[in-house]
Amino acid sequence: MFQSIGEVIVLAGRVLGALPRTWRQRRKVADQLFEIGNASLFMACLLSLFIGGVIALQTGPRLAERGISGLLGGLVGLSIAEELAPVMMSILIAGRIGSAMAAEIGSMRVYQEIDALRTMNIDPVHYLVLPRMVAITLGLPTLVIFSMIVGWGGGALVAVANRDIGITAADYFNNLRSSVEGFDVAKGFIKSVVFAVAVGLVSCHQGLQTSGGPRGIGRSVTKAVVNSIVLILMLDYALTRFLILFD
Amino acid sequence: MSAAQQGVRVEVRGVRKSFKGTEVLRGIDFSVDRGEIFALMGPSGSGKTVLLRQIIGLDRPDAGEVLVDGHPVHDGDARDRVRMAMVFQSAALLNSLTVAENVGLYLTEHRSQPPEAIGRVVSEKLRLVGLQGAENKLPAELSGGMKKRVAIARALVMEPQLILYDEPTSELDPLRSVTIGREILSLNRRLGVTSILVTHDRDLAMGVAHRVGFISEGALRFLGTPTELRASEDPQVRDFLNIDFDRNQHTEETA
Repeated sequence: MFQSIGEVIVLAGRVLGALPRTWRQRRKVADQLFEIGNASLFMACLLSLFIGGVIALQTGPRLAERGISGLLGGLVGLSIAEELAPVMMSILIAGRIGSAMAAEIGSMRVYQEIDALRTMNIDPVHYLVLPRMVAITLGLPTLVIFSMIVGWGGGALVAVANRDIGITAADYFNNLRSSVEGFDVAKGFIKSVVFAVAVGLVSCHQGLQTSGGPRGIGRSVTKAVVNSIVLILMLDYALTRFLILFD
Repeated sequence: MSAAQQGVRVEVRGVRKSFKGTEVLRGIDFSVDRGEIFALMGPSGSGKTVLLRQIIGLDRPDAGEVLVDGHPVHDGDARDRVRMAMVFQSAALLNSLTVAENVGLYLTEHRSQPPEAIGRVVSEKLRLVGLQGAENKLPAELSGGMKKRVAIARALVMEPQLILYDEPTSELDPLRSVTIGREILSLNRRLGVTSILVTHDRDLAMGVAHRVGFISEGALRFLGTPTELRASEDPQVRDFLNIDFDRNQHTEETA
């Protein structure tokens, strides 16, 4: 495990060192960004709509019983902005995009395509890892912003449609606006950037370490997704502790 | 540049390599002169491909070294100093790229020429291997033999001084094998490229190589010209060269 952690840190350093080459790889970055958007945007919106709706459905009637249903907008808004949008979207991306990264790079490793790159004096980190890292680091936070907006909308739909809650859309959004500050959204955004880097690094590292044919590719994909999700949840706790200091 | 100037000299000195406690290469020594075609033969699992990977610097030997024009191949700047290419047994084309993109990849990534010039070079190399018109195909649409020729075109684009072929005629019909053999010879004569090929194909090795090495169980058992190889008294070499499927003998054994 410690060896893998060390290798991921080395990989991160190499990606950081390669950042000035991003412009040269812009076409591949755009392809990867399209992949992230194309594969995940619809699913992200659907997921966020239901997450917002479920929070409103579970908490709205209880708040209404206590005569404080006007606070629902803030409750849904903060939960989604600070926690649910970055964590859920990162898990979604780990499953859809991280797995694809590990599989693509892993199969290139198994079928000697990475060796072929090396014989052409093309660094696999520059050619394969850098565009994926840049794309996921741009794509995931964008998806999280979408998720926040759609999730807030989902909460509003349930709040208005459910008679037990009994508030208007204006009440909901007024409370959301007054409760959710720019820094709350920024917290979710910062988390999503860190999660994106973690998912990208873990997935690319697993891909590069693949050996042993098709079974090896399968093992790498599983490891990439499981390790990414565990890392997202661990980092979420650490980041939440850290960001509380700035409240 | 004359033919003799383009190739490089390769020296393999005491190379040893083990995997999980099993010694695959047991101290291999030989050298290949500039512009020479050197064939490595031997039974499956004898360590030929492993040795090829040490020579081009994809793997590092546990002991010994490989020198290319006097410099260790594992030096960080070895590839900046010497252009080396390898044609993999599986061809190792990038599946997401078209044939033209695969062939032009080296030039595109190293920004050595403008896109129009790269296009011209790609067309010329594809014509050389008889694949003109296949530019926009994906590797999945090609046969094994076509993939191998694309891999050769991709290697040629680098204008290599050293080219390594891993089983260049596997998966090819006899006619196409002869074409590949002629291509290896032609490259050597036109450009003076130093060529090292690993092959089971006795006809190819005997037909194109200036010298042949025979590896068995990780050790070099024979080194010499094809004529000397044919005259070798080594029982393993003789078995390898003379074995043929005898239908009558097989029938007797199984009866």
